[in-house]
Amino acid sequence: MEPILRTEQLNHLYSAGTPFQHAALVDVDFCAYRGEYLGIIGRTGSGKSTLVQHLNGLLKPTSGRVLLEGEDIWSDKALTRAARFKVGLVFQYPEYQLFEETVYKDISFGPKNMGLSGEEIDRRVREAAAFVGLPDDVLEQSPFALSGGQKRRVAIAGVIAMDPSVLILDEPTAGLDPLGVEQVLSNIQAYHKAKNATIIVVSHSMEEMARTADRLVVIHEGKIPFQGTPKEVFAHGHALEKMGLGVPQVTRVFSRLRTFGADIDPAVYTVEQAKNAVLAALGKEAE
Amino acid sequence: MTDAIINVQDLHFSYAADQGEAPVTLDGVTLSIDPGSFVAVLGHNGSGKSTLAKHLNAILLPSGGKVYVQGMDTADESLLLDIRRAVGMVFQNPDNQIVANVVEEDVAFAPENLGIPSAEIRRRVDEALEMVGMSDYATHAPHLLSGGQKQRIAIAGVIAMRPNCIVMDEPTAMLDPVGRREVLETIKGLNKNYGMTIVLITHHMDEAAQADRLIVMQKGKIVRDDTPKEVFAQVEELKAVGLTVPDTVELCWQLRQEGLDVPLDALTDDDCAAALYQLLKKD
Repeated sequence: MEPILRTEQLNHLYSAGTPFQHAALVDVDFCAYRGEYLGIIGRTGSGKSTLVQHLNGLLKPTSGRVLLEGEDIWSDKALTRAARFKVGLVFQYPEYQLFEETVYKDISFGPKNMGLSGEEIDRRVREAAAFVGLPDDVLEQSPFALSGGQKRRVAIAGVIAMDPSVLILDEPTAGLDPLGVEQVLSNIQAYHKAKNATIIVVSHSMEEMARTADRLVVIHEGKIPFQGTPKEVFAHGHALEKMGLGVPQVTRVFSRLRTFGADIDPAVYTVEQAKNAVLAALGKEAE
Repeated sequence: MTDAIINVQDLHFSYAADQGEAPVTLDGVTLSIDPGSFVAVLGHNGSGKSTLAKHLNAILLPSGGKVYVQGMDTADESLLLDIRRAVGMVFQNPDNQIVANVVEEDVAFAPENLGIPSAEIRRRVDEALEMVGMSDYATHAPHLLSGGQKQRIAIAGVIAMRPNCIVMDEPTAMLDPVGRREVLETIKGLNKNYGMTIVLITHHMDEAAQADRLIVMQKGKIVRDDTPKEVFAQVEELKAVGLTVPDTVELCWQLRQEGLDVPLDALTDDDCAAALYQLLKKD
């Protein structure tokens, strides 16, 4: 696997030199590989938002380096600027950042700032709108007339329109209803597949992470205590509970089942895995 | 009927379309909530659940039909203060609900505005912080607290008005798992230990599962009103209205699709594990 985005000994101090000095990140060596779907989990205040804001140069490290395709994004100005386009960041509740008169204008804001031609901007806007499933007639509407879920998708399209090779989303499904959650997750999946883009998602939902991410990185008190496949990470159930994170619901059910004395592999993290484990224990195959 | 704390009769509501807001409507909602109950309301975005919640303490007034709070008609402006005192409201974002720089001052804000004597305010603030388990933080700065703690402060601010009922509109949507658990435990404690009536609007199926009564809304109407066990057992019906069920029920439902005999009302982790254990043992 080829690294696309790395940090080396990344430290970030807030309010450095004041009595309120606080180390948000401590010697963090983070790595995202090209084309993977990576999940970042951590409590509020763990440092995960501080980390993702370093990944596209919004925050400058107190010490340490951020490397995009092997190059230090702070080594020269052109690289810093390039990082902001190559690494797209969708904030929490991005719908509050919509500001234009029409959906079209809002999505085109990023590509315009990149200095692209009118034709290319138009292509990008339409492509991005298609990725998030917004029909053509919505493009001329005011973003403020849309539903919450649609607004969220307009905001995501605005970042996709910059055609980032790494797309980072900070809690993209927070506050959405189940249908909205599924739509946003499948939009992200579509972009991931079509562009072979690297996806980094920050989430509080262990269930969602278990069924979407290839790999998970846990952030706790500014450090990375565990990372690996969902299976490897959720194997640290007790430690995760202590960090205020926990494991998916079916994993808890299977742990209970073990305490009752059932002879079954407790390493299940999604409903599908749980179903297959039960069927296997009964000597049946899934139909 | 007269005993109900909240009584909604054939409620209709539509937003004025020219205000730029989507025309969410309530289309004939009838509902009565008993004192001391814990009611959860589920529905996808635009189903009308938040609009209904805002009618319960006269933030919105009916376009048609009636809403009574302890027998008081919410359309009667002279009763507004009494209605707001009877039913408090907690919203999604704790940061938007905190006004002071010290926790206890924030909790005191509403009673101060009611013109209550300061000794009584002191008593209410201490009691409210006790009820949400935040007494140790009385002199802390709210902005340094976690999301769950901030939301509990917001709840304490409402409790200090001594309402009989609290309506919560997705109070855990912006919180991490620990924050969600803290707030939910607080809500359950207020209901069980203090008999406070709770109306909880939520997208989280596992939270809705813990209520005594679950109302499902779709297109401005109530489509289901039963115990969580009964409601969640209707898996297909919920999916049809764009909702899901807790993973425990989803797992049992999928096993039933495979022809296995498991109940659909095993909501909690323990019930689900017990049901699966029975299944494996039978074999």
